[in-house]
Amino acid sequence: MTDLTSLTLAEARDALKAKKISALELTDAHLNAMEKAKALNAYVLDTPKHARAMAKASDTKLQKGEAGLLEGIPLGIKDLYATKGVRTTACSKILLNFVPEYESTVTSKLWRDGAVMLGKLNNDEFAMGSSNESSAFGPSVSPILPPNVSAAQAKAKLGNCNKGLLVPGGSSGGSAAAIAARLCLGATATDTGGSIRQPAAFTGTVGMKPTYGRCSRWGIVAFASSLDQDGPIAKTVRDTAIMLRSMAGHDPKDTTSVDRAVPDYEAAIGKSIKGMKIGIPKEYRVDGMSQEIDALWSKGAEWLKQAGAEIVEISLPHTHYALPAYYIVAPAEASSNLARYDGVRYGVRVPGKDIIDLYEKTRANGFGVEVRRRIMIGTYVLSAGYYDAYYVRAQKIRTLIKQDFEKAYDSGVDAVLTPATPSPAFGIGEKSGADPVEMYLNDIFTVTVNMAGLPGLAVPAGVSKEGLPLGLQLIGRPFDEEILFSLGEVIEQAAGRTKLPDAWWA
Amino acid sequence: MNAIVDSRTPDPKKFIKGATGDWEIIIGLEIHAQVTSKAKLFSGASAEYGGDPNAHVALVDAAMPGMLPVINEECVKQAIRSGLGLNAQINLRSVFDRKNYFYPDLPQGYQISQYKSPIVGEGKVIVDLPESGGQITVGIERLHLEQDAGKSLHDQSPTMSFVDLNRSGVALMEIVSKPDIRSSEEARAYVTKLRTILRYLGTCDGNMDEGSLRADVNVSVRRPGGAFGTRCEIKNVNSIRFMGQAIEYEARRQVGILEDGGTIDQETRLYDAAKGETRSMRTKEEAHDYRYFPDPDLLPLEFTQSYVDELKAHLPELPDAKKARFIADYGLTTYDASVLVGERDQADYFESVAQGRDGKLAANWVINELFGRLNKEGKDVTTSPVSSQQLGAIVDLISEGTISGKLAKDLFEIVWTEGGDPRAIVEARGMKQMTDTGAIEKAIDAVIAANPDKVEQAKAKPTMIGWFVGQVMKETGGKANPQAVNDLLKAKLGIQ
Repeated sequence: MTDLTSLTLAEARDALKAKKISALELTDAHLNAMEKAKALNAYVLDTPKHARAMAKASDTKLQKGEAGLLEGIPLGIKDLYATKGVRTTACSKILLNFVPEYESTVTSKLWRDGAVMLGKLNNDEFAMGSSNESSAFGPSVSPILPPNVSAAQAKAKLGNCNKGLLVPGGSSGGSAAAIAARLCLGATATDTGGSIRQPAAFTGTVGMKPTYGRCSRWGIVAFASSLDQDGPIAKTVRDTAIMLRSMAGHDPKDTTSVDRAVPDYEAAIGKSIKGMKIGIPKEYRVDGMSQEIDALWSKGAEWLKQAGAEIVEISLPHTHYALPAYYIVAPAEASSNLARYDGVRYGVRVPGKDIIDLYEKTRANGFGVEVRRRIMIGTYVLSAGYYDAYYVRAQKIRTLIKQDFEKAYDSGVDAVLTPATPSPAFGIGEKSGADPVEMYLNDIFTVTVNMAGLPGLAVPAGVSKEGLPLGLQLIGRPFDEEILFSLGEVIEQAAGRTKLPDAWWA
Repeated sequence: MNAIVDSRTPDPKKFIKGATGDWEIIIGLEIHAQVTSKAKLFSGASAEYGGDPNAHVALVDAAMPGMLPVINEECVKQAIRSGLGLNAQINLRSVFDRKNYFYPDLPQGYQISQYKSPIVGEGKVIVDLPESGGQITVGIERLHLEQDAGKSLHDQSPTMSFVDLNRSGVALMEIVSKPDIRSSEEARAYVTKLRTILRYLGTCDGNMDEGSLRADVNVSVRRPGGAFGTRCEIKNVNSIRFMGQAIEYEARRQVGILEDGGTIDQETRLYDAAKGETRSMRTKEEAHDYRYFPDPDLLPLEFTQSYVDELKAHLPELPDAKKARFIADYGLTTYDASVLVGERDQADYFESVAQGRDGKLAANWVINELFGRLNKEGKDVTTSPVSSQQLGAIVDLISEGTISGKLAKDLFEIVWTEGGDPRAIVEARGMKQMTDTGAIEKAIDAVIAANPDKVEQAKAKPTMIGWFVGQVMKETGGKANPQAVNDLLKAKLGIQ
């Protein structure tokens, strides 16, 4: 058999079931690959002991024919998910010593279904960022080779400031990098404004941000509670569908999760999309969007049309206000959600002469620049005298954005097609300069989906003229993930699966 | 918030006499009442008072990363019941907000409360004034649910403070009155009445020693009938008596400042019970900016009118209704009825005694003999050595004329200390009232024969008969029927 890490999740699952491979050898193959890929910094913690024990247990179950949906499938877990007895930091200095005594609902479901944990994946600190550069562990590096850089040159740069290498996107940068570098078969991720879809688009992988309430948020470090939603990143549309079936479902411990049956998402793969109406929102044709993104978008629409869908132009008139409104709502919630990291009960404490001093020293030391910036923005927009001008108005915009989509869906549109990002991946250090807005603009096509609580799927659709992956985004009605999987599969088939890079880092 | 409306007519009896004229006190109260429930407002941890420090703490109470609140339906029901008991509007949709501030005993860094949309809206409470007499109506502005904070312990170490999170997340009802209260007596009576209602409902145990009921007291003064003055808020008063003292002190402090030409600063103050004074805690400028916003972890709280109706159908009889019934059914005075309904246990005890008996006589024995004795011994009806059955038997023995009122008091004493069946005690100890006229006559004759001088005096001064009655009672060991003694004596002494 060829390299086991090259398998898709679905292929590995079938091979395990057919007893062509064992869970242990599959896990070991990934652990070996991880060992050689340390410099990519996709993982912030390897858990080989856990992994091998879980894989052995899976082999027993596979032998007995008691395999779960994900039996023996090695996964990487974003470090925002609490894992019992395994350090969980949200990639923040303030939680560097934090070991939870509880397991997040979603990871519990994955383990229940037989998945194997390889380790914890890198991300932007508290999921705040679009490049993974704000992580307390340093950036994870994209395994995608930058244009005009040879494998040898790239390897020389790796770990040596990483300058000239690419970001994997963020905040789920480690998840996307690990999938693209074949360091796991599936990865959990979270998405508050694009944190699943943008890294997937940057790395040629598939990312599914489900409908708000589809997956439980319990046990996942919160960034902005009304926007956060967890979902998978994997190599193919089918793989994300398989993962989501395991991750989704009602959780009495999260009252914002929805009590609704979880369908067999994989069954949607390959379903006909004939007669589906696909909306192309004209407002997403933003100023300065590159010709190649525009062309890719048209190509995507053409593929769907060829498969029998009807393409219609639609208007989502409040799109323009989404990003500024998002950067009020998300920091507002974050400023409150992160108040608990005060050094009093857990996490890293910096002693002070009194409690105020302790708070100030602990939080100044524990939070990075971007987190501090967002806490300050959030505190400001909620302050007396500013609340109505900022927070209340942003919430009104949010309602309007939601209504934009509702009108489109009410007019018969089944899904909306947009680019996933305004550009391909950029270089490490390139956008982490003085102006944070440059980074925020990455989320311009993705934040609307979070603001409206809708499902969004990022699927690779081609490469830029320099050879970098580009993705398209499909946006569905609430709980219409199945339609997105059917449409995504059509694009994936038409575009041809992105070839994952050779292991130049090893 | 609704505009402040003055619902009261200035009452000169309640004015403070200042050097420059009269002043009227305006009081509004915010009561924090701990909800009686097994578990906390948003977690399954026990809400029980006490326990070892940090023994009742769920992951969400300690604000561990990724933890989420889930509303405890029992607390919602208790808030609705309380609202119904306050004759208040129940809001079928309410919203939980976050009140943000940093403090070590506030693990989340915010308190989950209800700010703009509380679960209960306007209502009213009718309050009897035991000291000055009369009745007032105090408007309720709102009742909302919120989390309690933990407790900081500053006396466990010379260099560190400790935190106990047992209370963290326990459900509180904040009950806000309108500024309808005009004296410390009214404030005390209002809190007492509120506590009575909540105890009847079983929604708050009202135990102020354990902090289950605390009051924030807003006090301002003004010229009678004039515009409202600037208020000061006295925080966290945990005794009704201290609240009365704090109001008296604070009102006079404000009058003093105003009469000296000064102005009142809006501020938060603390009452120092040892010194009997209030002192500034923080000024308006130092007030927190709580940055309220709707808690995104919780959906709006919604229920149907039929849900409310169902709870309403199962409410117990409340003190006002019970009082009216006691007056109508047992012929009690308003005062006696008020005293009896003050505590549900007392009212139940009384009804058990009064059932099928003379209500007035029963009330008399319950209030004067039993409550008097219980008070003296620091007990209450639930720990009374004399059961309602025993007291009922004593009342029966009086009503049927088997024992005299005086002997009944002796009998009560015996039952209190020794217990036993009152009727059997009367039999065994020969305490039966002497109704045999012959025997009483014999005793009277003996007394008359022994005191010829007194007989002469009595003829001139009929009130002397009292002395004779006393002597005859002594002669008969208290068993003679006093009325019979009186009648016979009058005849024998020739007094009309």
